[in-house]
Formats: sequence, structure tokens, C-alpha cells
Amino acid sequence: MTGEAGHRAAHRVVVIGVGNEFRRDDGIGPEVLSRLREHLGAGPDAEAETVVQLVHSDGEPAGIVEAWTGASLAVVVDAVVADPPAPGRLHRLATGQGATGHGATGHGGPAGPREVSSHGLGLGEAIGLAEALGRMPDHLVIHAVEAADTGHGIGLTPAVSAAAGGLTAAVLRDVRAALGSGSVRSAP
Amino acid sequence: MTHRGDRTLAAAGLARVEGEGGMYVRVSDGRVEQVRLDIYEPPRFFEAFLAGRSYTEPPDITARVCGICPVAYQTSACQAIEAACGIGIPGPLANLRRLLYCGEWMSSHALHIYMLHAPDFLGYPGAVEFAREHREIVERGLSLRRAACTLMEVIGGRSIHPVNVRVGGFFRAPRADELGRLAGQLRQALDLAVDTVRWVAGFDFPDFTSDHELLALQQPGSYPIERGTLVSSGGLAFPAAEFEQHVIEEQVPHSTALHARLADRERSYLTGPLARYTLNSRWLPAAAAAAAREAGLGPECRNPFQSIVVRAVEMVCAAEEALRLIDAYQEPDSSFVPAEPRAATGHGVSEAPRGVLYHRYELDAAGIVRTARIIPPTSQNQAAIQDDLRGFVQDRLSLDDERLTRECEQAIRNYDPCISCATHFLTLRVDRA
Repeated sequence: MTGEAGHRAAHRVVVIGVGNEFRRDDGIGPEVLSRLREHLGAGPDAEAETVVQLVHSDGEPAGIVEAWTGASLAVVVDAVVADPPAPGRLHRLATGQGATGHGATGHGGPAGPREVSSHGLGLGEAIGLAEALGRMPDHLVIHAVEAADTGHGIGLTPAVSAAAGGLTAAVLRDVRAALGSGSVRSAP
Repeated sequence: MTHRGDRTLAAAGLARVEGEGGMYVRVSDGRVEQVRLDIYEPPRFFEAFLAGRSYTEPPDITARVCGICPVAYQTSACQAIEAACGIGIPGPLANLRRLLYCGEWMSSHALHIYMLHAPDFLGYPGAVEFAREHREIVERGLSLRRAACTLMEVIGGRSIHPVNVRVGGFFRAPRADELGRLAGQLRQALDLAVDTVRWVAGFDFPDFTSDHELLALQQPGSYPIERGTLVSSGGLAFPAAEFEQHVIEEQVPHSTALHARLADRERSYLTGPLARYTLNSRWLPAAAAAAAREAGLGPECRNPFQSIVVRAVEMVCAAEEALRLIDAYQEPDSSFVPAEPRAATGHGVSEAPRGVLYHRYELDAAGIVRTARIIPPTSQNQAAIQDDLRGFVQDRLSLDDERLTRECEQAIRNYDPCISCATHFLTLRVDRA
């Protein structure tokens, strides 16, 4: 049920950073992408066994669905607004193959990404749309960071900025766990 | 009667990256006393942020105002700064700019039609519920969007906030073979766009006419997209440089967005697909004109609910234009025209998917932006949307609050304001006197 045969690749891994760097903590998604690019090194590399695709998204669901269609692993990084907030606190939600229903992703529940994402329309809609269209990745991991400020302005708040390193490491752990010990590069 | 007499519909906004809004309706003694569309609007932040930056930066910075229409912001910004620097761009680069913009029109219109607007007409609460029962139709919308994004990626470097646009042109012009490879996908997109027109033309449309003065760009001989002079259905005709003499922005207490009106006019005006179509339908390219005729559109369209048909026709137009421009493309000698700064003010306009987008930049001799002004289509349309909603609500007071709110949401989505991106952007609170 996950994805369409025509889109499927053996080990396609995509990391999707959702957010807008001109909306303070909403910029955590692009910030993590930028750190991953440094960690992984960009560009084609004959030595690399696997290329990780890094995709910046503004949260628009169709774009997210397109980005993860056919992926064996999709890791999404997004800011969330929580009440009461604990800025910088990290949340990790994961789904496995065939376990992409509402309960597994939580998007139908009270604490799911749809309810708390800083984007009015985004991850929850993307998951719902992907399920309806058979375009879910085999495995989906969502890393959500509680935001302090999503108003207009550039720069992360100190609490969210301090969490960026740990978050990047957590994303890398997910990517490496899925791919094993081989060399990994990001797509150019 | 629970829905007669005095009542208040207050709808709080949902936080959005592209915009935030809400709606408030006050009914007293069975008459609509007040309708307010509350918008908190990003461009004001960007205007302040741009002051003190180099004249080369606004195309990149303002592209972040809106994730749905970054090319519109880049184009209006480039044209304003190029005017300030006293340069124009030659035909091949102007065509490339139009080609990139075609991608944005197709992408934005496909999203609005398939994800936001069509479910309203077919009785679904949102795109997800619609997709569960009509997978093949939603896949058609995604294919259109994919073709559009591929076009934007090849010319703009990427589809979200393209990075290849610069003042005077592009950092790198695509090779002819790169564009040529897109033709097959765009021919398919053209067919899908025609299918879209046929599909949406069959929807039921409430009988509703908007009589606002219409404002759009005009490029005699072609349908206006990336440039043009301004014309109105009331006989106005003026260049971008006179925009602020004709469009007056006023602060209103309930919104951080400024309300726009035309100078010397009592009433609000409308920009966007209905205005573009009504003022320019005679210049639609052949396939788009045929699709419009087949859909039953006349030379004018003033029913906001039929804007979904006009958007579909404009998708055909964009795909058709893209194919024509790719076919005629010749790699330019240089990918940009150098622009030397000077102390001057420049104005730029283009037709964002939602309507006229105006930029003005005042530069000093070193090319530092002294002041910036951005007037987006949503704030221009805000007063007209409120006017239309007032009449719309007055005719539907017999509906209960839930139904009325739902129909108001749909009516607001006719105008495709950024705030309508959320399928449930209104939540209702009812206070009864």
C-alpha cells in the first residue's frame, strides 16, 4: 500500500525540512537541512553508496507528498507550537511499513502533527493525502521541535537554536540506521 | 428562530506561514451590519526589513513573502529595481521571465483548484476526503503541479524560492536542450489543463455577480502575466510608476493590512483572475480561448464562484504559452543585463496568480534601498471581498450558523487569498443578543 511501483527505488532516503527562515523558529527545518549538507557533503560522489535527498518545503502538502513518494525512508523536520510550550523540546514520531494509519502517525489524534504544526495546512494534510493516494514512504519519521516564536524575523530563538545540533544528530541517526554503515552523501 | 434577529459570527484565524486571517459578521434585526475580513499580512515586515539592504537583494528576500508565488515577488522586484537603474531586458530574457512565471501560474492554480476550491463545490470538507474517493482526479492535479515545478526548477534552480533570478535577468540561462526536454511533459500538462476546464465547468455555480471595478495589467496582443500597464473596467489606464497616484492605501482598525481603493472612487475594486480575464480575454492564446468557449465563458466573467473556471483556463494559457516560448527559445548571449545603481525610484508590477502585485524601491546612489513598498493582491482585494460577503450573507440569513460559515469560507476561497490556504481557516463563535 505504500507508494507506487513506478516511484519505488531500493533505498531512496529523503529529509524534508519544513519552514520559513523569515519566521524565526519556523526556520528550524531549513537550518537542519543546512547542517546536514555540511555533515554529509553535497554532490555526486563515486564512493558514496547512498545519496540522501534534502528537500526544503514551505509546508504545502502536495509538495511534501511528491517529495516522499517512493522513498524507503522520509525524515521530516518541522517546528511545532505547543501549549504549554517548552521551547526547544524535541518530539519524534515514527511509522513503519504498513503502519501508516491515523493511530500510527497520530495525525488524527489530539497530539498529532496536524494539531500542533506551526503550519496551518501541512504535515497532517500531507499524510492524509499520501495515504489516500497510496504515496506514503515505507518509513516516516517526524522530528518536531517546540517553537518559542514564529513571528516575522530572522534567526532562531536561543532555546531552539540550542536544540538544532541534537536534532541534526538525531536525523543523522535515523538516516544511518536505515542505510547501515556505508558512505552517505547528500544530493547536489 | 435561532438565526434571525441579532447574531455575531466571529471566526478566529489559524496561524499560517503565508498569511493569517479571520472573519467577523455582525447581524442586527435581520440586517447585515458589518462584515470584516481580518488579515495579518507579511509584506509590511519585509518592507521594513528591506531598508538598508543592497539593491541586488530584494528579488531573493521578497521571494520569501509567499511560498506559493515567489516568482511574482521576484519579478515585480526585478522590474522595479531595473526601472530605478534605468535598464530594460532584451526579448530573450523577457521571454524567459514569462516562461518561469507560467510555471508559477500553473502550480498555484493547480493547487488552488484541486486542493482547496474543488472540494467546496463537490461537498467534501477538504482535499484529503476528496482524494480518498477521487484519487485519479487528484493525481491529475498533482501531475499538473509536477510539470509546473519541473519548469520552475529548470529555469529558477528550484521551485520553492527560485535562486536563479537576479536583477537584470538570470544568473544562468538554461540551455535550449534543457528546455526542449520539458516539452513532452508540458504537452501532457496542456491536455490535463484542458481536461480541468471541462471538469470544473460542470460544477454548480451560485448565481452571484460582483460589480466591482476591475483592475489588471494589459499587454496588447498577449494575455498579461509578467508585465504590462494597468487598465481598469472603469476606463483607467496608467503605468506602474503612477500606481500610488491611482491606488490609495488606508489603515483600517481591524487589520494590519492596509485597505486599497482607487483614487476618486467611492467603492472598492477587484484584481485577480476575473479582472484579468474580463479585461484581456480577447488575447488568450488559441487553446485557452477554445477551452473558455467550450466552458461557456463569454468575453467577461463577473461571478466570483466561476473564478475556478477562469483559473483553469489560465492554466491552459500558461501551458500553451510555455510551449510556445520553449519552441522559440534561443539561448541569450548573456544571461543578464548589468544594472548599475543610481539614486532613483523604480516601480514594478506583474500579475501574481491572485492579482496585481506592485513593488516600489527608492535607491540611493550606492544602491542601498532607502524605502520599499509592496502592495500585494490580497490586501487590494480585501475591501471588495468584504463588500461581496455582505451581499452574500444578507441573501443567506436563513441558513444556520454552521452552514453560513461554511458558505462564507467557500465564498472567500473564490478570491484565493493566501489566508484561504487552510481548508478550515475559520472557526465559529456565535454570540446572540
